[in-house]
Amino acid sequence: MSPSLLGQLDYSAAHLFSAMVLLGSFAMIYQRRMVGMFNAFAFQAFALAAAAAWQAYIQEAHHLYVTAAMALLLKGLLIPFALRVIVRRLDIHRSIEVVIGIGVTMLVGIGLVALSALLVMPVTAGAAATTREDLALALSVVLIGLLIMISRRNAVTQVIGFMSMENGLILAVIGVAGMPLVVEMSVAFAVLVAFIIFGLFFFRIRERFDSLDVHYLETFRGERR
Amino acid sequence: MTAALLQVAQIALVVLLAPLMTGLVRLIKARLLGRRGPPLLQPYRDLTRLLRKDAVLAANASWLFRAAPYFVFALTWLAASLVPGVTAVLALAPTADLIALIAILASARFLLALAGMDVGTSFGGIGSSREMLIAALAEPAMLMVTFTVALVAKSTSLSEIARFIIGGGVGLEVSLALALMAVLMVAIAENGRVPVDNPATHLELTMVHEAMVLEYSGRHLAMIEAASMLKLLTYASMIACIFVPWGMAVEATPHALLLGLVTYVAKLAAAAVLLAVFETSIAKMRVFRVAEFLGGALMLSLIATIVRLMSEGL
Repeated sequence: MSPSLLGQLDYSAAHLFSAMVLLGSFAMIYQRRMVGMFNAFAFQAFALAAAAAWQAYIQEAHHLYVTAAMALLLKGLLIPFALRVIVRRLDIHRSIEVVIGIGVTMLVGIGLVALSALLVMPVTAGAAATTREDLALALSVVLIGLLIMISRRNAVTQVIGFMSMENGLILAVIGVAGMPLVVEMSVAFAVLVAFIIFGLFFFRIRERFDSLDVHYLETFRGERR
Repeated sequence: MTAALLQVAQIALVVLLAPLMTGLVRLIKARLLGRRGPPLLQPYRDLTRLLRKDAVLAANASWLFRAAPYFVFALTWLAASLVPGVTAVLALAPTADLIALIAILASARFLLALAGMDVGTSFGGIGSSREMLIAALAEPAMLMVTFTVALVAKSTSLSEIARFIIGGGVGLEVSLALALMAVLMVAIAENGRVPVDNPATHLELTMVHEAMVLEYSGRHLAMIEAASMLKLLTYASMIACIFVPWGMAVEATPHALLLGLVTYVAKLAAAAVLLAVFETSIAKMRVFRVAEFLGGALMLSLIATIVRLMSEGL
């Protein structure tokens, strides 16, 4: 294979994996069932692991293999498994209640993708092509994570939105050459700690209100009557 | 001259192969469900039997009701013979435009929906209205897919796209992968396959296509059945032509044509097997979920377009 073709493959495979991470976000928006959402989250984590491993290979940055392994084990396997156990233990309703309809949420999501493309492209003029597209896709993953948090009522699904935002951050980090491992490690562990705290909160909220619908929290704080 | 001959051959080939493909899908589905299933050639027998039978017409059926099956069949046959399958060297290749193809299939559906409402039964009306709902959602997605493919291949002509992709003009392309997923969802909805509609039911409140054609019998029903078989073949060939065109003959040499024929049949068989496996592994969704399903297809095709435009802007 000629060097230019090889370079093209480097680029297009990286692009493919990043797009798969974005697709995972949309799969989460599309889901109506909690288990489906966990699967979508696991899919996103696998895509992220593949993206990180590919970047490690083309940039020859070996510490990114560690990132890939962490994405695979923590987010691909451990967190979905833990979420499943929590949902079963809490015995909560397993369909997802949405604030705005799924179709509208998907349209807003597409708008966010377009917005991040329009935002990132002019700002990063002069950077490498892979970096630019990676950043645009990563920003849209972050924004869609926020959208999931906004458009879902249930605390568990809001936490998944939060986790997928963090996936977007990792996606942004791996596209940029020279990000030190210690930063990624600390982000990943901070998220893991946050996950444990969220898990505890689930049990507390459930104990107090008999539901994980955050709408009860708002009433309790006196924001809504 | 060769192109004209090949075009005639293509026109004959699609109409001969279409029942075989449907028969294969039915056979594999039956086997996957643990039944023996009908023989592979059963659709041919069904069609000839229907052609021999008398047509029963409702007392208030208008000329439209009688004419629609022939128009629907003719339009779908035209669409099927436009899509390059065995070879890209076809006399009608310049007219084989993706947008024109969508329009031809849409006019066939329009006529069928009108005919469904013609006799004034409630089933026909509900079938027509649902069919138009699905169409209204599927067409934008299909057009976005067309735009994505046109952005990549710089053409909306199917034979040009096939030549471009066979010529190695495109590597691993994300937008095409997303467009493929979208077009698969659209194809499932347009052909009334399982998650959207069940082609095997005849008396169910959730049916769409079968409800619309419930009043037809005899030769009219034969035309409509043949048209829906041709439509399945059209979509399978179209997807094969855009996304896996390898093996298609771009030159009209005997060797290339033979290879094209073998790969074309193999592609159709693969499509039939995949469709059957997919249909058996999934449950039918509620009619009101269809909007979300096709919204998903529209979303995928929009992302494909955005991603493609992003790469163009670099």
